[in-house]
Amino acid sequence: MTTIYLLTPLLCLFGAIVAGFLGHIVGRKGAHWMTILMVLGAFILSVLVYKDVQAGNIYNGALYTWGLSGGVSFDVGFLIDELSATMMVVVTFVSLMVHIYTIGYMHEDPAYQRFFAFISLFTFAMLMLVMSNNFLQLFFGWEAVGLVSYLLIGFWHTKETAVFANMKAFLVNRVGDFGFLLGIAGVLYLFGSLDYATVFAQAPNAQGALAQTPFGEVKWLTVICLLLFVGAMGKSAQVPLHVWLPDSMEGPTPISALIHAATMVTAGIFMVARMSPLYELSEVALSAILIIGATTAIFMALIGLVQNDIKRVVAYSTLSQLGYMTVALGASAYEIAIFHLGTHAFFKALLFLGAGSVIIAMHHEQDMRKMGGLKAIMPITYITMFIGSLALAGIPPFAGFFSKDMIIESVHASDLFGATYAYYAVLLGVFVTAFYSFRLMFMTFHGKNRADEHMQHGLKESPGVVTWPLILLAIPSVIAGWLFFEPVLKGNYFGSSITVLAQHDTVAQVAEVLHGSGMGLIGNTVLHAFVTPPFWLALAGIGFAVYCYLINPSVPAKIAQRFAPITRMLENKYWVDNVFQKIFADGSVSLGKGLSRYIDSGLIDGGIVNGSARVIGGLSTWLRQWQSGFVYHYAFAMIIGLVALIGWAIWA
Amino acid sequence: MSAYLLSILIWLPIIGGAGILLFSKQGQEGAARTASLMLSLVMFVLSLRLWTGFDKQTAAMQFEEKAQWIKAFNINYHLGVDGISMPLIVLTTLLTVIVVIAGWEVIKTRVAQYFAAFLMMEGVMIGVFAAQDAMLFYLFWEVMLIPMFLIIGIWGGPNRIYATIKFFLYTLLGSLLMLVALLYLYNKSGGSFAISDYHALAMPMGVQKWIFLAFFMAFAVKVPMVPVHTWLPDAHVEAPTGGSVILAAIMLKMGGYGFLRFNLPITPDASHALAGYVIALSLIAVIYIAYVALVQGDMKKLIAYSSISHMGFVTLGFFVFNQTALEGAMVQMISHGFISGAMFLVVGVLYDRLHSRDIATYGGVATVMPKFAFFAVLFAMANAGLPGTSGFVGEFLVILGAFQFNAWVATLAALTLVLGAAYTLWMVKRVMFGPIKNEDVKTLVDLSSHEMLFMSILAVFTIAVGVWPNPLLDVMRTTLENLLSHVAVSKL
Repeated sequence: MTTIYLLTPLLCLFGAIVAGFLGHIVGRKGAHWMTILMVLGAFILSVLVYKDVQAGNIYNGALYTWGLSGGVSFDVGFLIDELSATMMVVVTFVSLMVHIYTIGYMHEDPAYQRFFAFISLFTFAMLMLVMSNNFLQLFFGWEAVGLVSYLLIGFWHTKETAVFANMKAFLVNRVGDFGFLLGIAGVLYLFGSLDYATVFAQAPNAQGALAQTPFGEVKWLTVICLLLFVGAMGKSAQVPLHVWLPDSMEGPTPISALIHAATMVTAGIFMVARMSPLYELSEVALSAILIIGATTAIFMALIGLVQNDIKRVVAYSTLSQLGYMTVALGASAYEIAIFHLGTHAFFKALLFLGAGSVIIAMHHEQDMRKMGGLKAIMPITYITMFIGSLALAGIPPFAGFFSKDMIIESVHASDLFGATYAYYAVLLGVFVTAFYSFRLMFMTFHGKNRADEHMQHGLKESPGVVTWPLILLAIPSVIAGWLFFEPVLKGNYFGSSITVLAQHDTVAQVAEVLHGSGMGLIGNTVLHAFVTPPFWLALAGIGFAVYCYLINPSVPAKIAQRFAPITRMLENKYWVDNVFQKIFADGSVSLGKGLSRYIDSGLIDGGIVNGSARVIGGLSTWLRQWQSGFVYHYAFAMIIGLVALIGWAIWA
Repeated sequence: MSAYLLSILIWLPIIGGAGILLFSKQGQEGAARTASLMLSLVMFVLSLRLWTGFDKQTAAMQFEEKAQWIKAFNINYHLGVDGISMPLIVLTTLLTVIVVIAGWEVIKTRVAQYFAAFLMMEGVMIGVFAAQDAMLFYLFWEVMLIPMFLIIGIWGGPNRIYATIKFFLYTLLGSLLMLVALLYLYNKSGGSFAISDYHALAMPMGVQKWIFLAFFMAFAVKVPMVPVHTWLPDAHVEAPTGGSVILAAIMLKMGGYGFLRFNLPITPDASHALAGYVIALSLIAVIYIAYVALVQGDMKKLIAYSSISHMGFVTLGFFVFNQTALEGAMVQMISHGFISGAMFLVVGVLYDRLHSRDIATYGGVATVMPKFAFFAVLFAMANAGLPGTSGFVGEFLVILGAFQFNAWVATLAALTLVLGAAYTLWMVKRVMFGPIKNEDVKTLVDLSSHEMLFMSILAVFTIAVGVWPNPLLDVMRTTLENLLSHVAVSKL
């Protein structure tokens, strides 16, 4: 099996190298066949690994020693358990779909081969991240996916907005990584190892270790958990490090689906779930996660209400859904967070690729106000996106219903500080989510076609390479929920890969409630949904969207006008981007200019260095005047000297 | 041959470089180039014998040579290498090959002299790393200035006279203080110039502090540390590309090397007592210089400041006194050799074409030079410390080690993750990406085969050390462990 583990990511790397460096030799067809076959291979191997893990074979071992320093061995190695195997399947499946889809989406692009090289490289990096058995390799994968994200957001590198967005994404992520790296340094400091198994085994013994901070004595574990979470906030775009994700939509749509919805942005969620043995020991960290996740979930969803760019609606939806996953982590419902990560990967990739399909048809127009009535023209895109929207809104029995409902129930069961706030936030979020999802559907596919002549021309359903991935993603968007619901809820799906303390076990409490009478777990859950608010809130959201966009289209404008200040606030994204731009970007440049001009050139170089040169220069100019060249001047000086010497001799 | 390997490595390029001057006449440029390349390749292969024949288990000097030189003052011709100097010598020979390839097409005037200067400098620099006698060390240390002075002064830019004089005076001032310290130690040790004798010399704290400061001035200028760094941006801006490469990749390392060879082992108590100040200056270099780098409009200046900021990690790693940070600092020195060299070559490629180092001149270069863009982005990412490149290894280990020492020091140092990425990527964005605004940029041609060659060589090393730094850590480990245990013992 070790060979299979190794082969899975390496196939993708190989595909990337061939498409990237030999792209001009293998040609466009060669590049896409090569990478698709490699990713297909990786997917098949991932399924094999998944089956193997299901059969009880867990692997934890080092591949090679990266470095040995200060008595600590830094290894590259794999931990293959339920958690990583699940992630491998999700990542390779979505990646495969996106690879196929790209043939259609990018077929006009001159840098076709490069794009395939990048997405294959991304798949490699993401696999290395999820398969890692230690913090070092985790960080490797973490930064490598960030690099590919940077390269792909700026894929159209002549576009000013794209190259601004990719730099912004990288730097905001680096702020997160700053915390993450310190967290890793803290782990090494506290445990003397970066190996998961070693660290997790020692974690309960490290609870007594206290750190001196400006806020008094705090458990080292709390400090480490919070620092690591800062990394997750960057990668998984949690408030206030969320600002890069909407801008990342400047990149081509396939990568929005693969990287900025389904996989990379969930790396933070995965990481916290992976670190559950640490997070369980710090309620402070869990509370912080709850609060930040809940804030992201609701406030980002609200921005989604006012977006007119089809991709941006889906982007804000992604932010909000990442918030939901984070909330689940905070409520110690790690398995539910990963469950939602999986279902979300399918339906959100579907929604992005569907949006991309619309964008191709509309000749790269993304403004929903210019769309409408596409239902008849693009039936496959319409139906699959409708399924995706139902899943996102959490309507039973679609996949999102199970995972999202469980998150809400788990938060409800949590009694940590911030849980009540989180509960109401995610509850309200359900209504908002359902509303913006169907707002998107109705504005795009229903009503009158508002496109201009140019766009009308050749408006048709996308080719098979685009629609087949949509169909293939729609299937798990329907069934993944009830398929995995039972094993996840019963608590044995993730086996030993996730640790939950008894007093935090909200999932068990939820399962308790749902077990009851004879309808089976799934039947009970659906029945239970009819008596709890989330379901009705979702229906209300859809209903309100129907009213606003199908029945009485003048309503949205009226509402926007009535609540003008709120609309403006949402349209300006709470002014967070502007404030960050002013303080961090402009502020740093001003600071740099000031330091450069006044300290470096002024004080050090101008004052001390050239100043001392000037002093010496001045001194020598003055001394030079004594060298007049007239003998009688020198004679006179000699006489004075002589007199002084004699005088001194006499007196002394 | 092994017995005289170090002597060969020092004298072959010096004598060979002088020989290349024979091809000074017009029409002999080709011969001068070929001979220089052959010589530099031979040097590199010979230096690999140092690596393959190196015993990793001992901290003692290896490949030792000792002969009496000036009997009256007990000065010896004494050479040797350990885990600190051996990798630096291999780095020197590698970068010399790179510089010869890089100068192949670009240098059109005084070709033989140009290559001769670099080859002679190579020998002298190896001499600095190999010298075990303080006077021999001092001699090589000072002589090294001459070829660099000439390289900047002859093949340099318009403001080269100011830059060379500044460079010369700065370094001379520092090294004169070192000479005073060496003379004091000579007397104190009963007439010995053997560096290893100084390591064993007991001294009271007051004396140690003075000795420490004297050495510190010499090496801090060379590294350079804030606030004695302002010669470096000027020197880089005026130096030809090859000069910048050697300056950044090798000469700055002499400062770091000096700290390890002189400050830490000779004055361990003063090193501990004054470590706080050195750490503070290192952190200032990491953070303050990063801000200064951010706003530079001249690419070479920006990279020069970036060098200072990265060298801050080296001095930081030395003075937190643990194995992880110390090894990280050494890796950082080697890695910075590849990356800063590569970054200056990247700028050189553009400068050779449009004769401008201004960021504002460019924009959209990636559109016309895709191969170049690949390397530029790769080295920029390495400069920003991306994992998988050598730039990550050193910073990572220094931050881990600094965290053991003090979490706040590590926190401040880790700011480089954001700041280093900010100044590097902002430059990349403005130069490489975006629409083409300048018509001249449209005329740019992509990398020549020579340029591909040297970029590829450095890329391979950058990635190899990033993916598997262990072989490099292996050769340094015993020496550095020995150094740390030596520094831990008081000499009061």
